[in-house]
Amino acid sequence: MGSSEVILSVKGLTASINGTPILKGVDLEVKAGEIHAIMGRNGSGKSTLSKVLAGHPAYEVTGGEVLFHGEDLLELEPEERARKGVFLAFQYPLEIPGVSNLDFLRASYNARRKEQGLEEVDAFDFDDVVEEKLDVVKMDAAFLNRSVNEGFSGGEKKRNEILQMALLEPSLGILDETDSGLDIDALRTVSEGVNQVANENNAMVLITHYQRLLDYIKPGFVHVMYDGRIIKTGGKELALELEEKGYDWIDEKLAAGVA
Amino acid sequence: MSASVQTLVNQPYKYGFVTDIETVKIPKGLNEEVVRLISAKKEEPEFMLDFRLKAYRKWLTMAEPDWAALGYPEIDYQDIVYYSAPKAQEKKQSLDEVDPALLETFEKLGLPLSEQKRLTNVAVDAVFDSVSIATTFRADLLKHGVVFCSISEAVKEYPELVQKYLGSVVPVGDNYFSALNAAVFSDGSFVYIPKGVKCPMELSTYFRINSADTGQFERTLIIAEDDSQVSYLEGCTAPMFDTNQLHAAVVELVALENADIKYSTVQNWYAGDENGVGGIYNFVTKRGLCKGKNSKISWTQVETGSAITWKYPGCVLVGDNSVGEFYSVALTNNCQEADTGTKMVHVGKNTRSTIISKGISAGRSSNSYRGLVKIGPNAEGARNYSQCDSMLIGDNAAANTFPYIQVQNPGAKVEHEASTSKIGEDQLFYLMQRGISMEDAVSMMISGFCKDVFNQLPMEFAVEADKLLSLKLEGAVG
Repeated sequence: MGSSEVILSVKGLTASINGTPILKGVDLEVKAGEIHAIMGRNGSGKSTLSKVLAGHPAYEVTGGEVLFHGEDLLELEPEERARKGVFLAFQYPLEIPGVSNLDFLRASYNARRKEQGLEEVDAFDFDDVVEEKLDVVKMDAAFLNRSVNEGFSGGEKKRNEILQMALLEPSLGILDETDSGLDIDALRTVSEGVNQVANENNAMVLITHYQRLLDYIKPGFVHVMYDGRIIKTGGKELALELEEKGYDWIDEKLAAGVA
Repeated sequence: MSASVQTLVNQPYKYGFVTDIETVKIPKGLNEEVVRLISAKKEEPEFMLDFRLKAYRKWLTMAEPDWAALGYPEIDYQDIVYYSAPKAQEKKQSLDEVDPALLETFEKLGLPLSEQKRLTNVAVDAVFDSVSIATTFRADLLKHGVVFCSISEAVKEYPELVQKYLGSVVPVGDNYFSALNAAVFSDGSFVYIPKGVKCPMELSTYFRINSADTGQFERTLIIAEDDSQVSYLEGCTAPMFDTNQLHAAVVELVALENADIKYSTVQNWYAGDENGVGGIYNFVTKRGLCKGKNSKISWTQVETGSAITWKYPGCVLVGDNSVGEFYSVALTNNCQEADTGTKMVHVGKNTRSTIISKGISAGRSSNSYRGLVKIGPNAEGARNYSQCDSMLIGDNAAANTFPYIQVQNPGAKVEHEASTSKIGEDQLFYLMQRGISMEDAVSMMISGFCKDVFNQLPMEFAVEADKLLSLKLEGAVG
C-alpha cells in the first residue's frame, strides 16, 4: 500500500486547552485504505487529538501542521472540515431536543453533497437513502423520527454515530472511544458497521483503551500515545502486548529511556 | 465561540423605515380636554365619551405597576402625542382613495392591500399610527354575517354590540395601562361572528407605528356567538427611532356557548439597538372570557420585538367545560426585557387550561415568565397543565420563571413543569462536525425548542415565525 494517497499528515502538532498544553508534538501519517488504532491511558491526549482534528473551538493549536489531502486542515472551520470528509464519531454523542434525527441526517447529508458538487436530496428521496444505511448498523427506522440522540441508550447513540458515518461516507473516520459503554453484542454490531464503511479509498483512526475492539476491527497500525505524543508505533501485536503488560510497561520503558 | 454567537443574533431590523406622510396630530400631553378631543375627532356617541372619561378619571387615581422584573426609565405621560392620523383622511370608500404612500408602506411590510395582490385567504385590517386605513374582504365577510372592521366604524355602525361588550372582559379600571388605553384608544379591530358561523377566512390586523412621538393605543374586540368559530392574527412593526414609543393595547375576546376563538400574535415591534437605545415599550392587556359552556379560547404568541414587554394574555373560564390555552415563544436579545406569561382563571366546572411557554434569551437580555393559575371554589374537576421552558444563548442573558398557583377547590388538578437549558458549545460543535453551519445549527435548535408553539400557529404564519426567530438570532450564537 506504499503508493496509496496520503489522506492525513500530522507533523509536530501541539495544542492546549485554557493554556494547558495537552498535545506536545504529534506525528501521524494515514493513507487511503489504512486503519490505525491510537491507544493510551486516560489523559494521554488521544481524545484531544480527535477534537483538534475536527476543529473543536475549545482547543488552541499552538504549533505544527495538519494536512488533509494536502490541504491545510487547521485553516478550515469545523463544518468545512466535515463537508470535506473528516468525520468524528463522538465518545459522548450530544442530545439535540426537538430536532428530528431524520431532519438532522438530511441536513448533514446535503451539506456534504453540496460540497461534493452533487445535487441536494429532497425529503422523499432521502427516505430511500437512509433506509438502505439503517441496515449497516441494524437500526430500527423508528429512531429516525425521534429527536437526535434524545433518550437513546449508550449503544443506540453509538449506532447512530456509525449510521451518520455510513451516510456521509467520509474519507477520514475518527472514532473516539466508540467501544466505550457497549455490551458485547452492540460492540459487534458497531464494529461490523465500521468494517462496512471502511474501504480502500478511505481511512479510519480508532481511539481506544482496549484491545477488545481490535478483535473486530483489524488495524494495520497501532500507536501508543503518552503525554501528548505518539511514542511507539507497531502492528496489531502491539495492542496485544499492551493488553498483556498494561501501560505501566510503557512507563518502565520510558524510565529506562528505551521506548 | 461566544463572540460569534453574539454576531449571529444581531440581524438588522428590516422594518425600521419611516413613511414620509403628512399627519394630523394633536399637541402632546394628556388631560380631560384631550380625551374629549379624541372622542370628538372620532365623532363618537355619548356612551363612548362617558366610557373614556370614566377610564381617564380612574387612571388618574392609579399608580404605574412596578412588580414586573423590568427596568426602564420613568415614562412621561405628558410627553406623548395621543392622536396622530394621516392627513386627507376622509372616509375611504374604496382602496383607490387610500393614500398611495400608505399602500406602499404596507406593501413594503409584505402586506399588500390592493385588490389584485392581497393575500388570498386572509382578511386584513391595517392600522397606521392611530387609525385604521383599510380593511380588506369586508363585504365578502359580511355575506356570511361576519363583521370585520375598525373599532371606530363599529362604534358608529354596531353601537349596541360595542356598548354591551366593550370593557366587559377588561374593565376600565383593570390596571394602569388598560385604564389609559380606555381613555385614549384611537382605533383597533372589531370582529363579530354570528351564531353558528365558522369564519370562512383568517382575520388579521396589522399595526404600524410611524411617528416618533406618538403613543399607540389600540383596542380590539372579538365576539363569537354560540357555536361559532374564528381564527385571528395580529402583526406589528415600527420604525427605528432612538426614542422610546409607548404602546398600550387592550384586547378583549368573548366566547359564548361552544364558540372557539384562536388568537395569534407575531409581535415584532422595534426592539431598540444593541445598546438598548430606542424601541417600543409594550404594555398590553389581553383577556378572553369563555362565557358559554364548552367554549374555547386559545392564545398563541410569538414575541420577538419591543424594548420592554409587559403582557399576560389570559382566559377567564366561566362556562362549564370551557378550555383556555396559551402557547408562547418569547425571544429577547441585546438589552430587551420581557415579563410575559398568562393568567388562567378557572371559575366553571370541569374547565381545563394548558400553558406552554418557551423563553429564549440572548445577549444581555432578560426574559421572565410570569403566570397565574387560579382555581375558584366552584371549579369542580378543573385541570391545568403548565410547561415553562427557558433557553439561554451566551453567558450574559437571564431567564426567570414566576409561577403563581392558587387553588381553592380540592378536586382540582394542577401540574407545572419547568426547565432551563442552554445552547451548548458542544451541541453546536456536534452539529457543525456534521457539516451544518452555525447559523443553521442554531436555527434548527431554536425551531426544535419552539416546535410545540409553532405547531399552533396558522400554517402561513408558522413558517414566517420560524424565519423571524432565525433572523432575530442571527449573530447571537458562537
